[in-house]
Amino acid sequence: MSTVSLRGVEIAFGTFKVLDWLDLEIAQSEFLVLLGPSGCGKSTLLAAIAGLLEIDQGEIWIGGRNVTWEEPKDRGIAMVFQSYALYPRMSVRRNLSFGLQVAGMKRDEIDRRVTKAATMLQIGELLDRKPAELSGGQRQRVAIGRALVRDASVFLFDEPLSNLDAQLRAELRTEIKRLHGSLGATMIFVTHDQIEALTLADRIAVMKDRRIQQLGTPQEIYLKPANRFVATFVGSPAMSFVSGRIGEHGNFEASGWQLPLADYAFAAPPVRGATVDLGIRPEHVVLAPSDPHALPARVELVEPMGSDLLAWTRIGEAAISIRLPAETQVVAGDTLPLLFPPHRLNLFDAQGQRL
Amino acid sequence: MTAMAQPNGRRPKRLSAGRIGLYAFLVISALFFLTPLYVMLVTSLKPMSEIRTGNILALPAAPSLAAWNSAWSSACTGLQCNGIRVGFLNSIRILVPSVMASIMVGAVTGYALSFWRPRGAQLLFATLMVMAFIPYQVFIYPLVRMFSQAGIANSLLGIVVVHTIFGLPTMTLLFRNHFVALPIELFKAARVDGAGFWRIFIQIMLPMAVPIIVVAIILQVTGIWNDFILGLVFAGRENLPMTVQLNNIVNTTQGERTYNVDMAATLLTALVPLAVYFLSGRWFVRGIAAGAVKG
Repeated sequence: MSTVSLRGVEIAFGTFKVLDWLDLEIAQSEFLVLLGPSGCGKSTLLAAIAGLLEIDQGEIWIGGRNVTWEEPKDRGIAMVFQSYALYPRMSVRRNLSFGLQVAGMKRDEIDRRVTKAATMLQIGELLDRKPAELSGGQRQRVAIGRALVRDASVFLFDEPLSNLDAQLRAELRTEIKRLHGSLGATMIFVTHDQIEALTLADRIAVMKDRRIQQLGTPQEIYLKPANRFVATFVGSPAMSFVSGRIGEHGNFEASGWQLPLADYAFAAPPVRGATVDLGIRPEHVVLAPSDPHALPARVELVEPMGSDLLAWTRIGEAAISIRLPAETQVVAGDTLPLLFPPHRLNLFDAQGQRL
Repeated sequence: MTAMAQPNGRRPKRLSAGRIGLYAFLVISALFFLTPLYVMLVTSLKPMSEIRTGNILALPAAPSLAAWNSAWSSACTGLQCNGIRVGFLNSIRILVPSVMASIMVGAVTGYALSFWRPRGAQLLFATLMVMAFIPYQVFIYPLVRMFSQAGIANSLLGIVVVHTIFGLPTMTLLFRNHFVALPIELFKAARVDGAGFWRIFIQIMLPMAVPIIVVAIILQVTGIWNDFILGLVFAGRENLPMTVQLNNIVNTTQGERTYNVDMAATLLTALVPLAVYFLSGRWFVRGIAAGAVKG
């Protein structure tokens, strides 16, 4: 239950900068997800918050205390690792209690905490087993348990679900969210999986190339991506893009395209004739059979997904994917009339920044 | 569907001519390599009179442990006639601290080096490995000079230090290669748990290195026990190891050569490494495998 604040943090390995002047304020009890492709510096940032890595510039504050130069154990944090990192020669019970013993805690207090954590995570009957005798999901539960017993105010998760199969991943994901609700601790969660990010986060920081590209609620990230990278990285199937320009009358123009943008919420008034990319998510395209302004799209491929149906279409040169209700009657070769609601559109300038 | 599945075709031969030839070859090779041991064993059980007249391959007419007794407690090494037991005790006194020191220092150094991953680490450690094969003789004179300056020449401490130094390259690499294969996250998790360098090493890393420790013990015990030249040069007159004493017994020039005593003394000296191999064979293989395949 602490705030975490990073002030002008820089990290370099030799001459190679991994993080560049990073500022980030994480509120008390907030669930923040650091999302990005591998190599974007998100795990490095987490290690720096944990104190496992020294930073070259800036300060790290946890719970109103400058912890920049403090040892991991003194920062009031707990951490869960991707590879579980359980001590292989120790029983589950010893794995959970090791840190508490190191801290010199009393026997009965240790037992109380271990029992409590084991109950919360339903690993009570595993306490006397060795990590090698556990399944992947059980191991990660124990690893989370090891974090729980520390009674930390900040929990750090370094891709904890990446080594699990899809079903377990979904199960533990909801469990972590439930834990966050009941503990009220601040949680920082690193992942490259956008579904995990969208489902868990209060706020997401999308990272790439040593920087935070966008910081916002899952809604903001999904509906109003700050640049083309965020727009492509989040969402599955990915947003479709059309390259074109702003026309004489402020319309979006491309070969076969003519879209009025009067209702688009521009951040700054658009420059006539500027090159722009238009992005739209599959589920935001509207099928409008009777609308005279609808653009005709040629269907190239249909993918039934069970719950709904994806159609890969083409308007002019541009490939547009659309999500339709599962019962829609459509086959490859059909022509669909499509509408693009202006408030659902995303326009990016030549540098990829949102307009 | 009444018919059972019937074997089809010719019944494979259990014993082909090739097999028989192969086994014959193996048995003959084994006998060939065992012959010296056999000769030593039977000779050590014969009295001198029988050795002088008899066939060396013949079984003893009246087996007796007299030669063993004499080799152990009354054979002459130079001027003293206390048998090889003096050397045995000296070897133990050299062996135990040397094995412990070299393994402990090697384990810690290897652990520390496992964190250090500079560019070209492979080349660096390969070089270290090659260094382990440089002949001892090159180092002897400088070391003798250094030890006499430091005042530990011709002492138990001196020989223990020498064995520790010469054991270090192999021990360090052995442990480094083991620890480098462990996930670094294990170390990080322990740091978050508040454990320091030594606690992590002793409570978490060492218990995972048990198979490697066994391998290290085997390598060091046999190596140090079989050492001759280092013991001769660095141990001093009072602490000469069993191998040197054995040489003194066997090479005594006065009087008749007591082959039975020589053989018994040699077998006694060989007992320790033999026991190590026989007792640890399974562990040895397991340790090597554990080092080669991660996890």
